[in-house]
Amino acid sequence: MKHFIDTIKSTYGKYKVIVWIICSLLLLIFPALIPSNYVMGVVCRILFYATLAGSLNVINGYSGQMCIGHAGFFCIGAYIEAILATQYHINFWVLLLVGGIITAIIGGLIALPTLRMQGIYLSIITLGFSEVVRLIALNWTSVTGGAMGVKGIKSPTLLGFTLSSPKQYYYIFLVIGIVFIFVTNRIINSRTGSAWISIREDELAARSLGIEIKKYKILNFMYGAFWAGVMGAAYAPYTRYIDSTYFSLDEGFNILSMVIIGGQGTLIGPILGAAVVNSLTELLRSFSEWRMVAYAVLIIAMMWLRPQGLVGASDSVLAGDKMKKKKIKVLAKEEK
Amino acid sequence: MLKVENLTVNYGYINALNNVNFEVNKGEIITLIGGNGAGKTTTLMSISNLVAKESGRLTFKGADITNLPPHKLVKMGLSHVPEGRKIFPALTVYENLIAGSLGNTDLKKPQINELVQKMYQLFPRLKERCDQGGGTLSGGEQQMLAIARGLMMDPDIIMLDEPSLGLAPIIVEEIFELILKIRDEGKTVLLIEQNASMALSIADRGYVLETGRVVLEGTGKELLNNSDVQKAYLGD
Repeated sequence: MKHFIDTIKSTYGKYKVIVWIICSLLLLIFPALIPSNYVMGVVCRILFYATLAGSLNVINGYSGQMCIGHAGFFCIGAYIEAILATQYHINFWVLLLVGGIITAIIGGLIALPTLRMQGIYLSIITLGFSEVVRLIALNWTSVTGGAMGVKGIKSPTLLGFTLSSPKQYYYIFLVIGIVFIFVTNRIINSRTGSAWISIREDELAARSLGIEIKKYKILNFMYGAFWAGVMGAAYAPYTRYIDSTYFSLDEGFNILSMVIIGGQGTLIGPILGAAVVNSLTELLRSFSEWRMVAYAVLIIAMMWLRPQGLVGASDSVLAGDKMKKKKIKVLAKEEK
Repeated sequence: MLKVENLTVNYGYINALNNVNFEVNKGEIITLIGGNGAGKTTTLMSISNLVAKESGRLTFKGADITNLPPHKLVKMGLSHVPEGRKIFPALTVYENLIAGSLGNTDLKKPQINELVQKMYQLFPRLKERCDQGGGTLSGGEQQMLAIARGLMMDPDIIMLDEPSLGLAPIIVEEIFELILKIRDEGKTVLLIEQNASMALSIADRGYVLETGRVVLEGTGKELLNNSDVQKAYLGD
């Protein structure tokens, strides 16, 4: 097995550029290869949840705060898009940003009073927040349509084309996902990202090293909420209809489980988690209620056998040889 | 360089520090010694504003720092290595060092790299283990890492809280030699220790704390030869 992995790695090292080109081409023409709209729908869900779980991973995995009410942020983004698009006919692409920014501001407001809280206490607050948002969506009938939801959300257009089917939506989710991974990767490797990780590891030590805990925690929440808002705004026109039942606590736990199964604190983790959870949901669809049991068993088994998630810590093959690279970098510097 | 005047700290109704006065001059190694509960750690915590002060005034390089938050103190050049090491166990040695430089936002990339190399020179053992997880180091190495991390923000004064805690005697000696080296690099050291004989033997001056008060002060030698100190802390 080890030999096999090493062979793959060395081959990859040799043909890195070619592998990347082939992968990107595959990603580009993927919808053309898959004729079924149903399968494309599942792929879209995976891509969509990969980014959504990724945004939660920024909060839970990188700064070690425990947010389980991510559905609340998602809900805000979705309703902003739905309402502004149906009533004021604002462009979808503008609303992606608007949804993200407003959700980020609300994320910052939630982070302010909870700065002193950690672990389970913060979880309870975020859980409550998520439910409050859902209840507002359900009861503020004049704005959100109440139990009727918002109907007839227009599909986005790009250069005169209307993007409505999963095949077309695939590209929207793909582009958002790539932008998310790219930007997040840059942030994680910057001073801000290192500060988040230090806070996760030991808050008191981070404070004594002069890291502004408050600032970085708020930033962290705002950044995570921003992408949840963007995904909400992207999701609303995809389903064309939203109501408050989409954003229940179940949804929040669903996103959380993808992060945990995939591996917190890694960029690949949530993508893999989204892929595993969503494919499993589809594969087990014929078992109806038993699906939930299988799902629960999976989570329990994961917690038992691999609490760090599928990708997990640095020992995993999927996480790559991050450590090795760093050592080489350091040694190279010395030789200079 | 650092001056503490009439520092009083209460934890609820318990008085932890009572009118503590001391001064640290540039280039000195100053040690605060005392038994458990004498208020040594509290003194450091209140200097770096991790606990609230009842009253008192702190000046550092002539500026009033009494109510400055920790991140501003770091920028001014005051580094605090907390008790119990508190390194980041899941991060590598290299990442731990980088984390040390985060607080001082004036530091740019090339300076940080330079500092890392300097730390590797000062602590060759950390260089050997640069890509190892912080949690996998031995106690002594972890302590070295904690000190190196504290130096990574390029401070003028470094405050060490019980660096000998839980270490074998031979490692303790190594740590104290390192402290001398750090002083020779031009840093000022404020050292808090229970291991009074070791601390006094390398210190320029020392203060003895007892139940929140400074009861004795003098040069390291004077205190080492003081009969009260010998009886209470040196076990003779």
